[in-house]
Amino acid sequence: MPIAIGLEGSANKLGVGIILHPPTRDLTPPSPHDSAYSDDERSSQPSKGTPRSPPVQILANLRHTFNSPPGTGFLPKDTAAHHRRWVVRLVKQAMAQAHVQLEDIDCICFTRGPGMGGPLSSVAIAARTLSQLWDKPLVGVNHCVGHVEMGRAITGAENPVVLYVSGGNTQVIAYSAQRYRIFGEALDVAVGNCLDRFARVLNIPNDPAPGYNIEQLAKKGGIMLELPYAVKGMDVSFSGILARVEEMAAKMQQAETKNEPWLDVATQQPITPAELCFTLQETVFAMLVEITERAMAHVGANQVLIVGGVGCNERLQEMMGIMASERGGSVFATDERFCIDNGIMIAHAGLLAYKQGFSTALSDSGVTQRFRTDEVLINWRD
Amino acid sequence: MAATNLIGTAVVEVEHKLPLPFDESQESFELIAQGAESLLYRTTFSATGQPAALKVRPEKKWRHPTLDKRLTRARILAEARVLVKLSGEGIVASGSGNSGKRAKVKQPREGDHDVAGLKGFVPAVLALDWESGWMMTEWIEGRTVKKAVYDTKTDRNGDNTTEATEALKSLLACIGEVIGILHASGVIHGDLTTSNMMLRAQPSTPESIASPTSSLAGDIVLIDFGLSSQSVSEEDRAVDLYVLERAFGSTHPREEYLFPEVLKTYAESTRSGMHGKTGKLVLRKLEDVRMRGRKKSMLG
Repeated sequence: MPIAIGLEGSANKLGVGIILHPPTRDLTPPSPHDSAYSDDERSSQPSKGTPRSPPVQILANLRHTFNSPPGTGFLPKDTAAHHRRWVVRLVKQAMAQAHVQLEDIDCICFTRGPGMGGPLSSVAIAARTLSQLWDKPLVGVNHCVGHVEMGRAITGAENPVVLYVSGGNTQVIAYSAQRYRIFGEALDVAVGNCLDRFARVLNIPNDPAPGYNIEQLAKKGGIMLELPYAVKGMDVSFSGILARVEEMAAKMQQAETKNEPWLDVATQQPITPAELCFTLQETVFAMLVEITERAMAHVGANQVLIVGGVGCNERLQEMMGIMASERGGSVFATDERFCIDNGIMIAHAGLLAYKQGFSTALSDSGVTQRFRTDEVLINWRD
Repeated sequence: MAATNLIGTAVVEVEHKLPLPFDESQESFELIAQGAESLLYRTTFSATGQPAALKVRPEKKWRHPTLDKRLTRARILAEARVLVKLSGEGIVASGSGNSGKRAKVKQPREGDHDVAGLKGFVPAVLALDWESGWMMTEWIEGRTVKKAVYDTKTDRNGDNTTEATEALKSLLACIGEVIGILHASGVIHGDLTTSNMMLRAQPSTPESIASPTSSLAGDIVLIDFGLSSQSVSEEDRAVDLYVLERAFGSTHPREEYLFPEVLKTYAESTRSGMHGKTGKLVLRKLEDVRMRGRKKSMLG
């Protein structure tokens, strides 16, 4: 049975995952009278996904996150050092947890990109070393494709429009002719980066995640201030919004030091960090839902799948849910185990490619900071 | 809801309530199209009794109401401003008196050559109300260019005949001229496709189409300025052409080889506002835009 180990470290999370793909049965349903069909062959987990492909089994999914102090971001150098420090421990722990032997493993999957160069290469070195030590083939994986494939496997969404939102990427993706095509994307900074940087301005802790802490603060807010709104066709832009909301934060902090709180014109309520977080979230999420809706109208889809770290945000999921139901469709999202960067998605996407005969030669196993989602041939889908 | 017999291409059968004042109107409303942003109905303009197109931007419940109102207002106004600027018409009447929001759109200056050239090439704005989220324009009688091109194909067996090819060529030449005039007026359409171009049923200017006997005769009317913007940069103009080039290629693969006709007339025809040096610069920019290795493939 195909088993793969996946190593992810494109940003500040180091992830190691081990996945098992139960063998695909024939497409024709076996006859109940056929004695060759045994119940023992079924996976132990109840079948949730499509009836044709048995659900994948997650044998281990470990993650260790590098968090920098409030007010700062994670630097490539420190993040790479973090990954180097933890990767051996995480791999050992994952192997122990999965109860697999070296000979059970078919391939070593690792993130080739996109991401930060330093962290990517330190994890790639770990993957190459394992490949040499264990004499197993390497499989380089596109990080974005990993997110999309894991989201599909977990939720069972068959052919959704995918909104991939994280600290490094903002893309609206739909599948067509063996490629994940990018219909819309952020033209400058990613939405998660916009949120993270605003958290730094307000000195919001980075633990467990800046975006999570903004979400909690925003729940206490309710005043909608005016920010720029930058949707261009199916693309979005966040840098202007970030600049504006940073100005607002400066105004608020200045008012605080003078002890003359900045009051909202309409409600005469003081503007607090909660109100700024609320305004920022409502604005950027509205833009994301709008471009997703456009893509859905364009391709005639009514399923949406949200993946990536920002996809954990419950307000974003709620807004997307309302939009999808207005179009007679539904929204699929996963929890933080699969939304946030993880090793299992790299193992999963890598194993899908490996089963199609794909592997990465040692000499070609360099990482790349720029690796477009639509560069990957998705030959495991029709 | 006064609307009866809602026949539409809507994928999702969701009941849409018409905005004020149409929710109690006696006119009939036929749902023509549903996009991500808006619903398009065919109805009658009650002030004059003429057929009209009603574009409704329904409230987005997922968006914060303050933001939703702001965006709806800005988008309806932006679209109307472009149309009014291009058609050289003022607004006949503003939306029902209840909100009292009179649309203030300046009449274009007299003697503005480029603008005058587009009169009749875009639908005239009849009325709008940004509070309720709708805009009413003149109804263009005819078919889309997409349908017209498809029809020539089905008229003949297999390949287009010489006659049909010639007719298609002059149609494409016309499109090039109209886009040239549009760009010279400082407007970028933003979503040029053959579905966003109509062939007006009765030709009003006989010289506009080379062969009046052809089934492709009629004036080109550009519709749906929902994504339009005002710009005179070569880059924006080139991207506008590129969008059309891509859309044309994917919608009409058989006729794709004829597309250079559009670009040729865009830059060379004296009736195009872009003939001469500016047009040539835009076409050079278009080569850059193509060569940029288009990071996206927008294939449905």
